[in-house]
Amino acid sequence: MPLSLLKYALSREHPAPRFFRDCTEPKKTYDAVIIGGGGHGLAAAYYLAKDFGITNVAVLEKGYIGGGNTGRNTTIVRSNYLTPEGVNFYDASVQMYEGLSQELDINLFYSTRGHFTLAHTESAMRTMRWRAEVNKHVGVESYVVGPEEILKACPQLDISCSGQAPILGALYHAPGSVARHDAVAWGYAKEADRMGVEIFQNTEVTGIDVKSGKVVGVQTNKGYISTGRVLSAVAGFTPRITEMVGIETPIVIHPLQACVSEPMKPWLNTILVSGSLHVYVSQSSRGELVMGSSLDPYEVHSTRSSLDFVEGLSSHIVDMFPFLGNVKVVRQWAGMADITPDFAPIMGKTPVEGFYLDAGWGTWGFKATPISGKTMAETMARDMAPELIKSFRLSRFEEYELTGEKGAASVGH
Amino acid sequence: MKLLQCPVNGTRPISEFTYGGEYREAPDPQTCSDKVWADYVHNRHGAPGLKKEWWYHGPSGTWFIAERNTLTDSVSRTYLFGQEKDA
Repeated sequence: MPLSLLKYALSREHPAPRFFRDCTEPKKTYDAVIIGGGGHGLAAAYYLAKDFGITNVAVLEKGYIGGGNTGRNTTIVRSNYLTPEGVNFYDASVQMYEGLSQELDINLFYSTRGHFTLAHTESAMRTMRWRAEVNKHVGVESYVVGPEEILKACPQLDISCSGQAPILGALYHAPGSVARHDAVAWGYAKEADRMGVEIFQNTEVTGIDVKSGKVVGVQTNKGYISTGRVLSAVAGFTPRITEMVGIETPIVIHPLQACVSEPMKPWLNTILVSGSLHVYVSQSSRGELVMGSSLDPYEVHSTRSSLDFVEGLSSHIVDMFPFLGNVKVVRQWAGMADITPDFAPIMGKTPVEGFYLDAGWGTWGFKATPISGKTMAETMARDMAPELIKSFRLSRFEEYELTGEKGAASVGH
Repeated sequence: MKLLQCPVNGTRPISEFTYGGEYREAPDPQTCSDKVWADYVHNRHGAPGLKKEWWYHGPSGTWFIAERNTLTDSVSRTYLFGQEKDA
């Protein structure tokens, strides 16, 4: 890289390289079509090309890449889940993230900070101990710590939370990290494009053509594309896509809101989450505090943000950090989250042959981007889901084999 | 949506209400198949549209039905269960 930069020192022309080709007209047919150009869809395209040599792939994005929940999350990567299935799966993702900047040749600003899930009640402490034991059993570095250790990592914290909800302890998770989420989408797009995948922005799927229980094509606002394999990777829009193929799922859509403060000098080195106060907070590389909260309480298909949310979140942030009372919130937004009854994703094959689901990513999707891309690519290439995602299959509901992951959701929902 | 019309107490701020999910007809568990029952227990109509929903007015303990468009978040009418025709 430094050598290629050197030539620009001698030239007056400094063209910015494009990350991916500006594709506008889809071909008539592809080996696979991926609906949704977010991190998950682009990662699936990348691993289809890299691991299985399937490069005749179109990624269809109705807006711009990474403009959905890939660009709306609070960028936290962790694997301190509650069920062994969940911990194994998210741990595989954390391990992939650790080498991803190198692999995609893009700086993801992947920063391992350590992650504290604060407990304010005895029952929360019990869940923390449970999660710590499951994590240790699977080989993930998580353990329960007391208030002294929390204060050592974050001396600015008011451990009594303004006397409202004194902190008794926390689940500490060493690999907890943050990353630059847009770069994850761009990196996968760049490398997938380099291997021949075509990425279409402003291209909306309006129908999916199913004949005798098998996918044969998709209808888009840029014409009909015939294909035998379709992956739905559309956070917040899954029910609209599954309706096109006549599949029922338990997914309902709730907005999830987040906001950032004005930038400050670095002071918060770690990631803090409080289930009881419904807060998660970290400081970005730009110095902004990135803050999120619980889901909006009822189903809405909208990304409108609300004053109620900033009011509620700010009051809890000030309980934890009274000195932030004068800091301004500069941006707030919302994403539409696919919520499942067991707070685990829905991945794999469906009753419609050739139609694959990567859905139900609720509030836990960004951290799973690399591993979901890799496992969905394998599912599509082999028409068989790998062992790692078997417990996330759609049919688990009618088999009553749910993967109870609600206790590991970042905040109480 | 910032306000909601309780059929008993009139228009009240949304913070007084709790969402109870979409109104659905339960199949008879004695006669329906396991598949139909599992569908009732787990699956939901997730696509946006005009839906009949359960809502609860906390201060007065009133459960009622609201017809709401989940895309625009606008409520067209609310009524007590079973009193749809009078609404």
